[in-house]
Amino acid sequence: MIWDTILQPFAEYGFMRRALLGCIAISLGATPVGTFLILRRMSLTGDAMAHAILPGAAIGFLISGLSLIPMTLGGLVAGLLVALLSGFVTRMTSLREDASLAAFYLISLAIGVLIVSMRGSNVDLMHVLFGTVLALDDATLILLCSISSLSLVILALFFRPLVLECADPQFLRSVSGLSAITHFTFLLLVVLNLVGGFHAIGTLMAVGVMILPATAARFWATSIGGMIVTAVAIAMISSLIGLLLSFHFSLPSGPAIILVNGLIYGMSLSFGPVGGLVAQTTAKQHIQI
Amino acid sequence: MGALMYALQFRKLSLGYDHQPAIHQLHAEITTGSLTAIVGPNGAGKSTLLKGVMGMLTPMEGSLAFGSLSRENIAYLPQQSDIDRSFPITVVEVVSMGLWKEIGPFGWLNKTNQVRVDKAIAAVGLTGFESRVIGSLSGGQMQRVLFARLLLQDAQLVLLDEPFNAIDTRTISDLINLIERWHGEGRTILAVLHNHETVQTHFPQTLMIARELVAHGPTKNVLTAENQFRARQMCEACTGPPHVCGKSAA
Repeated sequence: MIWDTILQPFAEYGFMRRALLGCIAISLGATPVGTFLILRRMSLTGDAMAHAILPGAAIGFLISGLSLIPMTLGGLVAGLLVALLSGFVTRMTSLREDASLAAFYLISLAIGVLIVSMRGSNVDLMHVLFGTVLALDDATLILLCSISSLSLVILALFFRPLVLECADPQFLRSVSGLSAITHFTFLLLVVLNLVGGFHAIGTLMAVGVMILPATAARFWATSIGGMIVTAVAIAMISSLIGLLLSFHFSLPSGPAIILVNGLIYGMSLSFGPVGGLVAQTTAKQHIQI
Repeated sequence: MGALMYALQFRKLSLGYDHQPAIHQLHAEITTGSLTAIVGPNGAGKSTLLKGVMGMLTPMEGSLAFGSLSRENIAYLPQQSDIDRSFPITVVEVVSMGLWKEIGPFGWLNKTNQVRVDKAIAAVGLTGFESRVIGSLSGGQMQRVLFARLLLQDAQLVLLDEPFNAIDTRTISDLINLIERWHGEGRTILAVLHNHETVQTHFPQTLMIARELVAHGPTKNVLTAENQFRARQMCEACTGPPHVCGKSAA
């Protein structure tokens, strides 16, 4: 029974093993970045950046079709361009970061859709939006693993400034010049992980792996380290369950993974010990006694 | 020789946002080792002045000179709203940030430094609260945490922006003791304050501003009814429509 449902798909089919490895890589790299996005109250920035990547990937596709390197580079360049431009506008004018980011990502998205609809078919657009986790080749797997390794190393190096930049940015600015570098390095990590994620589960779904496990983890852990570990664990378990559901019931795998994440989020929201709904009601009863 | 007498010198300094000066041609000198209160009506530019000292605003005209100090040697406590209280970080972690200049982004907190952190927490009366998350602290306790962090920063010039806002009286008197201890150690302290009673009892020097300098000197000479009236009038005058300044900086 357990063999049939859980182990057999991975034992028998290479594409399932590849899919699992890809998802584990994404969970390891993207989820810690997502945790910081939540803590910086930038949850929607991930969403904006995912849209911003589209024209770059589309131009890459225009030049050389569905191939890994041009689409990755294109996505990276487009994402970083939007991040830098909106950062520049925020620092130079009175426009706040959310507004300037929204302006640039919408322009970028429109360009992307225009390019794809001029040259590609709807199938190609679906590939970029929803990914192909069940068809990961060696090169894509190596890219995904490299991105998550790189982002873990960068995160480890920038951990302290990043925590400070989130908790008390004014203090960081008063003691060190690392504030701006930290901010842009962090945005680089967001873009890098989204670009990696779009090959596997698509630009839009990649944001889900980034944000959902981290929001769920908020209901289980009180420290940053605890949140990151919990979030990564949730992301990995969701990937496994999502892939199996997708295998057994012929569901598209990206949305299946994200929905399992969503389900765990719902459970955490209800039953999580740190500020979950049930924990809150029991706490109230305690006061009444 | 005169260079060492002042910790900070404002030389016809104007600071502001969007071409509107919040501080206008301020000319004053803060003596090294002095304990100075900055007072003035709302909108007088008090917080702006501290931000200018921290280099967060570039002067629109005039300049600002540090005596023997550099910016590295300044500790700054902004108004409390700037810190994210919902962030999952503990008291001991926030206080340890005060050691940033010594250990930087990568250094370890060794035994001696851990003892220093514990001592700073004890000095503000928060022993036993080390592993509490900052979200669970009261306003007064949070301010104690920030003062413990200031203690570890060990700065020669300390800038405090309304440190006693919305805080219980017991915490205020404890924190004033700390400030007086710093004063005794020869540090220069500038604090933006509202409560004139606190200023009269504990701050020997006062700098009264209302966008421009109103008065500066020993507190009893500055905090007069006449000066306060003048400051209010100057502030009301400057809330009118903007006008191009006729005065030029020397």
